[in-house]
Amino acid sequence: MNNKTFNLILTGVGGQGIITLLQVIDEAAVVEGLDVKSSELHGLSQRGGSVEAHVRFGKKVYSPMVSNGQADLILALETLEGLRESAKAGKQTKLLVNEYILPLMGAPAKEEIIKQLKATQNDLYLVPASADCREKLQNEVVCTLYMVGYSVAKKLMPLKKESVLTAIKNVIPEKYLDLNIKAFELGYNG
Amino acid sequence: MKKILLGNEAIIQGALSAGVSYVSGYPGCPSAEIGDDFAKIAAKNGVYVEWATNEKVGLESAIGASFSGLKSLVNMKSFGINVCSDSLLPLAYTGTKGAMVIVVADDPSCWSSAQTEQNTRAYSQFGHIPTLEPADPQECYDFTKLAFEISEKFNTPVILHTTTRVNHQKMPVLYEEIRNPNIEIRKGEFVKDPHRFTTMPPRTLEQKKELLEKIKKIQTFAEKSKVNKIDLSKNKVGIVVSGVSYLHVKEALEELKLNLPILKLGFFYPLPEEKIKKFIKPLKKLLVVEELDNYLEREINVLTRSINPKLQIFGKNLLPVIGELNTEKIYIALAKITGRKFPEFKIKNLKLKIPNRTARLCEGCPYWYVFPTLKRVAPDAIFTGDIGCNMIAGFAPHNIQDTLFSMGASLGIAHGVSKSTNQKVISIMGDGTFFHAGISPLLNAVYNKSKPLMIILDNRITAMTGHQQNPGMGKTLMGEVTTEVSIEEIARACGVKNVKVLDPINIKELESTVKEFLAKDEVSLIICKRICALLERRQAKK
Repeated sequence: MNNKTFNLILTGVGGQGIITLLQVIDEAAVVEGLDVKSSELHGLSQRGGSVEAHVRFGKKVYSPMVSNGQADLILALETLEGLRESAKAGKQTKLLVNEYILPLMGAPAKEEIIKQLKATQNDLYLVPASADCREKLQNEVVCTLYMVGYSVAKKLMPLKKESVLTAIKNVIPEKYLDLNIKAFELGYNG
Repeated sequence: MKKILLGNEAIIQGALSAGVSYVSGYPGCPSAEIGDDFAKIAAKNGVYVEWATNEKVGLESAIGASFSGLKSLVNMKSFGINVCSDSLLPLAYTGTKGAMVIVVADDPSCWSSAQTEQNTRAYSQFGHIPTLEPADPQECYDFTKLAFEISEKFNTPVILHTTTRVNHQKMPVLYEEIRNPNIEIRKGEFVKDPHRFTTMPPRTLEQKKELLEKIKKIQTFAEKSKVNKIDLSKNKVGIVVSGVSYLHVKEALEELKLNLPILKLGFFYPLPEEKIKKFIKPLKKLLVVEELDNYLEREINVLTRSINPKLQIFGKNLLPVIGELNTEKIYIALAKITGRKFPEFKIKNLKLKIPNRTARLCEGCPYWYVFPTLKRVAPDAIFTGDIGCNMIAGFAPHNIQDTLFSMGASLGIAHGVSKSTNQKVISIMGDGTFFHAGISPLLNAVYNKSKPLMIILDNRITAMTGHQQNPGMGKTLMGEVTTEVSIEEIARACGVKNVKVLDPINIKELESTVKEFLAKDEVSLIICKRICALLERRQAKK
């Protein structure tokens, strides 16, 4: 709600790696010397259901939750979930949406989802994060870092590239570090 | 050091810093990481950690540790306190010896809870158990340490009452890093003192008197405690708030550009009544901000009569009793009280028609073989459901869950339906739940001669809450090898004659067994044994 604070909503489907994504962004904010609060959900909501997490960073942050209409960016790891979350967007909210659909009974077709996303009149960035990561890195899960890379490059998220890279090194286990950095770079240059 | 911690991680660090030696509990959302993450660092810090078979046993386990002089931590979700309350209430009477902190995590809005939107704070008043309410991970750390101090000083169990938005909140936390001393697991000594450790009349009534006197002393302590803090302002409109709502209040006030005095209560029980009276005395209007039921509001209503009878108190007339609070709900309430305009928060209304994406069975989940088979073979049966991944039986495409209550209730209710009707009844329960609360209703069904068919979905782990060990696995939380308890043997010992263990991937065998057992005139049990698909994939990776 405070306009000096950056309000971010992450959304997707349980199992897509939202918690790791949130960890990297939290850490990057700290690397930049900012205050940060975030809120996540575990359990029932994680078993393939819709998942939503909130991150807020700035000079001083109290509440870990973004109010309706107050998000600066909605980052969606799945297209339909991006559309669902867009109901909480305000005029200034930018939508960064992974063009990737996890099937759901009764859901509209992909073309219809994208049409409705465009109808929101919010700034919309539709990116093939999963497809690119699958094709170039043989791994879809790291699309989360691709999305961060993209949002940093396009200044959708006020974080410096170096801070995010440091954060990735601080958060991601060494075994997967290289892959995650590659995904970040792929999105950054995408 | 300063590091980003989850509320639950901050509780662990607080307990370590306070010198905890013994950790027990039962996994549930949103508290499960306390046990899971503690286990990763416990041994080298000289701490024993376990998952008990249920919350009552977990509490009793910690009582044993406390009476042996060890500092203990118990962790559970909201409903856990219902299970352990039978031992919790007498514990307030005997008091503790080694300090004990009980973390109970509520889940307003039921993000990961089925049965009720429980407000656990009732137990604090009802059981006379001192209770602290942190708002964020930093307070999780600080309040856990304080809770141990209070327990140590007054020989009482202390509840650390949290909510999902506190347990699963992250922020940079300042804490004292405990350097892994690689010490041996600490041991205590039980020094006999039955006068203190037993509750038996007439001693019980003496203990009650001692307890009430103790609470008076703790109330005096609470009056001076810094965790009941006041944000000063000369404005005549004030706020009393507890828990995570404090953060939303601060946010709402900044947005409204208002500077109002706030009394943030770290203690929920006993309340610092004198401090509250002093705070409300000069005020004209007061907003009480608390989640779910209006416990604070009622107390303050009583206090104000003697000190400021003209005070206008707002609370649940402006804030909902159902669902968690957030900045906008509080913003609107404050705007109404102070006569400000408030904007519409929801800017878009796209009238979206998107089906809800509810939890579903994972890819390759063994339950995929069971639910459709049951539906096909016994379309008219009554299906009583239970807590765990098997709750997904209630969602599409399965839609076979006729009742859902609490841990183990599927079989207790199935027995009642079976006795009351001539209908076929099938109870569905997971292995974790069977060990938690399934044995007693099984014994009851056999003893009282009913004939439900019980299906135990044995996926070899407590899956829903994040893959915790259970007695069927042959492994403890600390990774030690232990007796692998057989569900089949337990059932036979309970007197169940028709028991079949099968792999549900053999659908024909499952189908014929269901048919055969449904025709029986007594309790029967099918154990569908197949490993959780997620666990199997994880094990294959290693």
